Amino acid sequence: MTYRTKEYLSETVVNLKPSGIRRFFDLAASMEGVISLGVGEPDFVTSWSVREACILSLEQGYTSYTANAGLLELREEIASYLLRNFHVGYDPKTEILVTVGASQALDLALRAIINPGDEVIVVEPSFVSYIPLVVLAGGIPVSIQTSGADEFKLQPQQIEQVITSKTKALILCSPNNPTGTVLNKKELEAISEIVKKYDLLVISDEIYAELTYDEAYTSFAAIEEMRERTILVSGFSKGFAMTGWRLGFAAAPSEFLQAMLKIHQYTMMCAPTMAQYGAIEALKNGANDVEEMKKSYRRRRNYFVQSLNEMGLSCHLPGGAFYAFPSIKATGLTSEQFAEQLLLEEKVAVVPGMVFGESGEGYIRCSYASSLEQLQEAVKRMKRFLTRL
Amino acid sequence: MKLTEKELEVVEILAKNARLPLETIAKMASLSIEETEQIVHKLEEEKVIVQYAAIVDWRKIDGHEGVTAMIDVKVTPKRGVGFDEVAERIYKFPEVKSVYLMSGAYDLSVVIEGRSMSEVAHFVSEKLSTLDSVISTTTHFILKKYKHDGTVFEQGDQDKRIVMSP
Repeated sequence: MTYRTKEYLSETVVNLKPSGIRRFFDLAASMEGVISLGVGEPDFVTSWSVREACILSLEQGYTSYTANAGLLELREEIASYLLRNFHVGYDPKTEILVTVGASQALDLALRAIINPGDEVIVVEPSFVSYIPLVVLAGGIPVSIQTSGADEFKLQPQQIEQVITSKTKALILCSPNNPTGTVLNKKELEAISEIVKKYDLLVISDEIYAELTYDEAYTSFAAIEEMRERTILVSGFSKGFAMTGWRLGFAAAPSEFLQAMLKIHQYTMMCAPTMAQYGAIEALKNGANDVEEMKKSYRRRRNYFVQSLNEMGLSCHLPGGAFYAFPSIKATGLTSEQFAEQLLLEEKVAVVPGMVFGESGEGYIRCSYASSLEQLQEAVKRMKRFLTRL
Repeated sequence: MKLTEKELEVVEILAKNARLPLETIAKMASLSIEETEQIVHKLEEEKVIVQYAAIVDWRKIDGHEGVTAMIDVKVTPKRGVGFDEVAERIYKFPEVKSVYLMSGAYDLSVVIEGRSMSEVAHFVSEKLSTLDSVISTTTHFILKKYKHDGTVFEQGDQDKRIVMSP
C-alpha cells in the first residue's frame, strides 16, 4: 500500500484557492532592478521612539506572557485612542482584545460567530484573506461586486440583493484595500439601515482608519445603534508603520469579545509582549509621527494618481490607505496580462485586480507607499510601456 | 506672515527636496504648474525661501575634508544696539558659516569652517578674540557629522520589505 500524504489533508484546506499574488511575487522576486508598487505595507520604518520603547522593555526583562487579552495598560490606551480619534467607547477590561495583527482579530471574529452554513457577505474587490477566513471558520462567503463606476462604494441595495435566511454578517473595509475607497458617514448610515432591517452583524476592518486624506474618518461603530452590532478590527500595522510587529486588536460588546477571547486563549495565549510595549508608546506619543507619514502619503497620492490619469489609466482619487486602483480596460489587456507584461518589459511590479475578486478585473493595484524617486521612475516606465502597446 | 495651506504645502515639499521638478510639486500639492510657480516666486520674493543649497558630505572629497568648529563667545552688549552690532562684525567674515544669539552660559554661538585646525585657530586668536566686545571664546572642533539639518550622512536605509504582499 502506498502512503499518500495528500489523503491526510483536510478537504477544506485542499480546496482553498492559493493567493493569486504568489505567482507574481515569485516572478518579481527573481528579477533585478524591479520597482515594486505591489507592496501592501508602509515604506516607513517604525518610528524610533516605538522601537526604543520595545528595546527598553527587553532590557528590563519583560519577556513573559501577558494577560490573554493583552496588557491592561495597552487596552486602556487603545480604549482612549478609539474614544479620542473615532468617538467610540469600549471598556478596556471586557471589550478590547489585543491580537496578533488585525488578521488574527478577523479570524477570531469569524470563528466566534459562524455556525456551519452561515453566510457572510464579503464586498469585493477585497483583501485576499476574507473569503478563506470565512471558509476556514465553516461559513459560506457571499460576494458583492462593487463597481468602478461607483468608485467601488458599496451600494446598500446590493446588500439586500444577496440576503438570505442564512445571512449572518457583513465584512466592511473602509478605507479599502485594494481600492483606497473610503465610505463617509452618510454612506455608512445608509448601510446601517440595511444592517438593522435584516438584523446583521458587521465586522468592520478599520486597519487603514489612520490613513484618510480628505475628510475626518467615521468608524462604523460610531454610527447610531451600530456599536452593539459591530466587531471593530484594527491594529498598528498600517497607520503606525508596524507591520512586522504583528499587533492588532478587536473592540466589541463584551459577549462577542469574550467569545473571541475564549478562542484566543486556547490558540494563541497572548500577543507578543515586546510588541505590546512598543504599541503602548505608539499610542501615547506617536500621533505626530502618524501625522507626518500621512502628509507624505497624501502628497505621493496626489502626484501618483494625477500621473496615472495623465498617462491614460483612469483612476478615482482614493480617499484613504496607500493604494491607487486604476482602470486598465482601455489597453484591452486583462489585469494579469497587463501586470505580467509590465513586470517583464519595464520591471514595474503591480498587483492584478482580479486577485481581489471578480470586480477587480480590468484594474491593477499600485501602492504609492514608495519613495517619490521610485514613483517618478515607475511613472516614466509605465508611460513608456503604454506608448508601446 | 501668514501662509495659505497651499503655500505651506509648497514650502514643506521644497524644504525636503528643493530639486523636484515644478510639475511634480504641482501634482503633489494638487495645484496647476502656474499656481505653483506663482507661489514659489512669492516665497522667494518675500524671503521666506532664502536660498537653495545642497547638503554636501565634504569628507568624501579629497582635499576638501576641512574642519568645522563651534565657538562659544561671551561678549559685552552695547547700549542701543545690544548684541546685533558685534554679531554683524562676526558674521561678515566669509569663514563664519552661522552665528546664533544664545540663552545660557554664553552669548553667541559661532560656526566656522576652515581648511585646517591652524587656520581656525588663527581666525579665533587674530580676528575673533581681538574684537572689542568679545570677553572670551571656547572653541570646539567637530570630529564627525552624523546628522546635519535633518539629514543622516551615512544612511543604510535600503528597502527591507518583501517585493509583494497583500
